[in-house]
Amino acid sequence: MNATSWLGRLKAGLTKTSSQIGGGIADIFRKRRLDDAAIQELEDLLITSDLGLDAAARLVGNLKKTRFGKEVSDQEVRAALATDIADILSPIAIPLEIDVARKPHVVLVVGVNGSGKTTTIGKFARLYKAQGLDVMLAAGDTFRAAAVEQLKIWGERTGCPVISGKAEGDAAGLAYEALQQATSRGADVLLIDTAGRLHNKADLMAGLEKINRVLKKLDESAPHDCLLVLDATIGQNAHNQVEAFRDIVSVSGLVLTKVDGSSKGGVLVALSERFGLPVHAIGVGEGAEDLQPFEAGAYARSLMGLD
Amino acid sequence: MFDSLTGRLSDVFDRLRKRGALSEADVDAALRDVRVALLEADVALSVVRDFIAKAKADAMGENVLRSVTPGQMVIKVVNDALIEMLGGEAEELNMMAVPPVGIMLVGLQGSGKTTTAAKIGLRLQTRDRKKVMMASLDTQRPAAQEQLKILGEQAEVATLPVIPGQGPVDIAKRALEAARLGGYDVVLYDTAGRLSIDEALMGEMSQIRTAVDPHETLLVADAMTGQDAVNVAERFHETAGLTGIVLTRVDGDGRGGAALSMRAVTGCPIKLIGVGEKLDELEEFHPERIANRILGMGDVVSLVEKAAETIDQEEAEALAKKIQKGQFDLEDMSKQLQQMRKMGGLSGLMDMLPGAGKMKDQMAKANIDERMIGQQEAIISSMTKKERSRPKLIHASRKRRIAAGSGTTVQDVNKLLKQFQTMSKVMKRMSKMGKKGMMRQGLQGLMPGMSNSPF
Repeated sequence: MNATSWLGRLKAGLTKTSSQIGGGIADIFRKRRLDDAAIQELEDLLITSDLGLDAAARLVGNLKKTRFGKEVSDQEVRAALATDIADILSPIAIPLEIDVARKPHVVLVVGVNGSGKTTTIGKFARLYKAQGLDVMLAAGDTFRAAAVEQLKIWGERTGCPVISGKAEGDAAGLAYEALQQATSRGADVLLIDTAGRLHNKADLMAGLEKINRVLKKLDESAPHDCLLVLDATIGQNAHNQVEAFRDIVSVSGLVLTKVDGSSKGGVLVALSERFGLPVHAIGVGEGAEDLQPFEAGAYARSLMGLD
Repeated sequence: MFDSLTGRLSDVFDRLRKRGALSEADVDAALRDVRVALLEADVALSVVRDFIAKAKADAMGENVLRSVTPGQMVIKVVNDALIEMLGGEAEELNMMAVPPVGIMLVGLQGSGKTTTAAKIGLRLQTRDRKKVMMASLDTQRPAAQEQLKILGEQAEVATLPVIPGQGPVDIAKRALEAARLGGYDVVLYDTAGRLSIDEALMGEMSQIRTAVDPHETLLVADAMTGQDAVNVAERFHETAGLTGIVLTRVDGDGRGGAALSMRAVTGCPIKLIGVGEKLDELEEFHPERIANRILGMGDVVSLVEKAAETIDQEEAEALAKKIQKGQFDLEDMSKQLQQMRKMGGLSGLMDMLPGAGKMKDQMAKANIDERMIGQQEAIISSMTKKERSRPKLIHASRKRRIAAGSGTTVQDVNKLLKQFQTMSKVMKRMSKMGKKGMMRQGLQGLMPGMSNSPF
């Protein structure tokens, strides 16, 4: 993946986002003294980007400490905020490393309904396939109508075999079988799809825990990664989601999807401070190539309407 | 979904209630807390600002500050403003048009359009006896058309046959024609998910709308949506001319601020809410009830309605007779447990009870959850018929067998039996109270050590 395509795509994806928040900041700080009213407006803007009250207050607090009472241009404010946000995010911008010695490296993909799990798996499949790895997919969403068909289409698009069982079958059983098959085939990566579930439904979460447990029967270290897929349009509920999924299946990393929409996914900043979970990738479109590694600096600058 | 907001607001209001006279500063302080509570619930900032301004103007009115209980009055003001913001009266789908009545569903990717289409189809067909046809116009997402077809089979609602390669506008026209010829009352258009800033796809949506001129255009939106809910709702409203909103995943623990935001910016009523994964889990939206829920006043109306819907009248009467004769047995207890589950389980019930918001936390701490109901049902179904009607038979070896059969421990069996004893004792005492009282007792019987609960 070359740098221009990353920047170009992210920029295209974030154009609306940045023009909105960027425009807002430009209004506030066109040659203006950074006083209490300006600080309040700035904080409100960050709140409208879903950063949450605490994160927003802390970020403007920083700004206040260093620049209060000074004449500042909007560029300066944006750059300062982008730097602070990048500082928060850069420790968690970690790509998903596949250990080819594991054969297979098992990745379990979880999340609430409609967050974009199946699409994300299709994109990862393309990415690893392009790197020359042998990738297998497991259609573990046995609940939603046509979810298996959806993953099969992704399998065809990317040339990866898809393990599937019958509709409404046992997802844990399927995961077990998929791991067996991937092992005997000597596949490098096994991506397991799961049914979307709300994190506050104890019985559904128990089903997820079962998949985890069953995989460990075959390979004590599996799943090697557990990705929680988060929709960028989500608000503060993201905190509850991360917490609940982390407690049940020890989530190892996040993928933020639909970042090409008008939503900012700003809650990520607060999530980063609270959980410190790596963000492995972001989804910026419906195509197979619309998955990008998460780059803190570029993301923060785009979020602030710079570049 | 409104739990945390409820918790926050009740703290604010508890403080207010304790006060006698209120100054402007007191009102300001309280409203600042309300502002934080609303923002944390993902209500859009612009909406929060308007809300606070209105609430403040009302609260500073003379009759509030000079009233005997200014604290109470401020709470009422906030409550009223909330109901107003949520849209006052409940509004149903509007079916007053020449059939086939078109209903188009639009929204972002993954908001739940296809599932909602099937839910609405099922609801109109079973509840309103309409002949419904559904058509998937989603040519974007792989297997989306297949998904609606399968859901149609599950719900026994007709779907338009899929012709591969046909574009969304043509499918919509074909659906309308087929519905006309087939004598359908309703035709549901399930469109592809799209970003509100995707000019091309938004344009396509507006073309579909022009082509088939649906009577209802509903925005399907996730209850967990953040601040962007306002932008999304606004853009869809501008392009598609919304007539209503369907809020999905209301059974999650999102605080539901999106509901307030979208209602406020579009002026469109929230007509339906999705409350579960099953196709019959779609309900109408009652603003005043939800506002009460937010303010921690419970939703007793919903509870009673739900009870009326799920409780089998004859069965209930038979049970009442048994109880009067002092013959309540484990079989009956098992039926009660089933009934509770049908009514949405413990948490479903708790949501609707006044002041239960805080109790939910306590319950979580005491490890009382849905699983307990399932476990107790399992224990009872591992008993023989004889044991169920004469629990006194159950001695040590039988207990061991029951525990093994239900995957529980002897302690669990003991606990259930003890609970049963308590329950039947109470049952005898309240046999004169009839079935309503009984149902509530069943709930309390499940909560050892919580007999001082507020209901």
